Amino acid sequence: MKTYFINSIRFVLLILVQVMILNQFEVMGFINPYIYPLLIILLPFNINSVQKLVLAFVLGICIDIFEDSGGIHAAATLVIAYLRPLFLRNAFGLSYDYQTLKFYDAPFRSRLVYVSFMVIIHHVVLFSLEIFSVNHLLYLLEKIVYSSAFSILLIMITLNLIRKNRK
Amino acid sequence: MQQIILFLIKNKTGLVFIILLTIALGLTFQAHTYHNSKVVSSANFISGNILGTSESVDQYFDLKTQNEILLEENEMLRTKLLNMSSSEDTLESTLDYISDTLYKVQKARVISNYYDKIDNYLLIEGGTNDSIQQDLGVISSKGIIGIVIDASKEFSRVISILNTNTSINAKLKKTNHFGTLTWDGKDPNLMNLVDVPRSAPVKLGDTIATGGRSLIFPENVPIGVINDYELNENLGYYTISVKLFNDMTNLKHVYVIEDTRKEQAYELLNQEEP
Repeated sequence: MKTYFINSIRFVLLILVQVMILNQFEVMGFINPYIYPLLIILLPFNINSVQKLVLAFVLGICIDIFEDSGGIHAAATLVIAYLRPLFLRNAFGLSYDYQTLKFYDAPFRSRLVYVSFMVIIHHVVLFSLEIFSVNHLLYLLEKIVYSSAFSILLIMITLNLIRKNRK
Repeated sequence: MQQIILFLIKNKTGLVFIILLTIALGLTFQAHTYHNSKVVSSANFISGNILGTSESVDQYFDLKTQNEILLEENEMLRTKLLNMSSSEDTLESTLDYISDTLYKVQKARVISNYYDKIDNYLLIEGGTNDSIQQDLGVISSKGIIGIVIDASKEFSRVISILNTNTSINAKLKKTNHFGTLTWDGKDPNLMNLVDVPRSAPVKLGDTIATGGRSLIFPENVPIGVINDYELNENLGYYTISVKLFNDMTNLKHVYVIEDTRKEQAYELLNQEEP
C-alpha cells in the first residue's frame, strides 16, 4: 500500500516538475532535460511486470498530452520499462538476481551505469521518433548526446537529494 | 485452446509490451501524418489549466519586454490610424468603419510554446467560447505565428510555422513573386521560401510577406527578410532563406484572425468541384 502511495505522489510530482519547470528551459536552444524517467528508475525491483508497463505507458501519454507530441514519450518510457530487468542485471550483477538488492546500498558506479543505460535508451527512442527522418542524423546524434548528459546529471542529483531527506 | 491460453499467460509481459508499443507508435505516426491529431492534444481542460497557471507565474518575469513590444505596436497602429482618419472627424467613426470590414481580430495569450523540436505546436488561451475555431490564422505584432488546428472551449492548439508539416503561401513583397514557406527543423529564426521562379529579382534584405492566396492569412502580413538565397540551376527555382521578424522563442500576446468571407469562399470552391 505504501509503495502505491509513494509512487502516485512521485507520478504527479514528476509530471508537474517536467511540464511546468523543465520544459520551460531551453539550454543552448535545443537541449531539453527529462526527469520523469526517474519514476521508472525508482520503481520497486519486484514489481509486477504488467503493472510496470501500464504505468510507463500512462506516464508517457501524460507527458505527450502536455507536449503535443503524439505517442513518442509513451513509446520511449515503455521501452525502458520493458528493458529495465536487463539493465538492472548488467549494472548490479548478482545482487539483483538474488533479490537482495537495495538501491542506495549499491556502489555509486553501478547506480550511475544503471541510470545512464535507462536515460540514454529513453532518449534514443524518444528523439528518433520525434525527428523521424534520416536527413537530420547529425542533429539527432547531437540532441541525444547533449540531452542525455543533462538528464543523467539531473537524475543523479535528484537521487542523492531524495536519499539525504530520508536519513 | 488450453495451450493458447497458457501461452498467453506465459508471455503476458511481452504481449502487453507489444500492444502498448503499437498504440504509442500508432499515435506517433498519426501525429506525423495528420498533424491535427485530436487523440492526444493539450487543448483539454486539465493540461490547459496547468499550463495556464504555470504561464501566469512565468509572465511576471517578462512583463517589461512584453510591454515594450505592445507599446511599439500601439505606436505603429496610432501612426496608421492618425494618417488614415484625415478625412474623418473622430476616432469613433474610424472604428465604426473598421468593425464591418473583412477580418475579425481576437486577442489571445500563449500559454505553451515549443520551438526546439522538429514539429512544434503552441497552446493559446481562448477557444470556441471566444469564437476561435479550426483553420484560423494566428499572428503577432511582428509577423505570422501559425494556424489553429484544434479548439476546445477554452484553449486552442496552434500548429507553429516552425513545423516541418506547415507550408504557407508567401511572396516577395516588392514584386509579388510567390513561393512556399517551409521549415527545415533547425534554427527557430530561419525559414525557407522555396519554389520562387528564376525571374524574380531576389535581393538580400528584401521583405517577405504572406501572399493572398489562402483564406487563412490576410495578404501582406510581414514575415521576414531575405537572409541568403540560392538558385537551383536545374529546376530554375530559388530557395531563399528568410530571417523572421518574429522572435518565435518569446511569444506572449498574439492575435487570431478570422476572414469573414471564408464561408462564402468555401461554398464557391465546393460548387466548382463536382
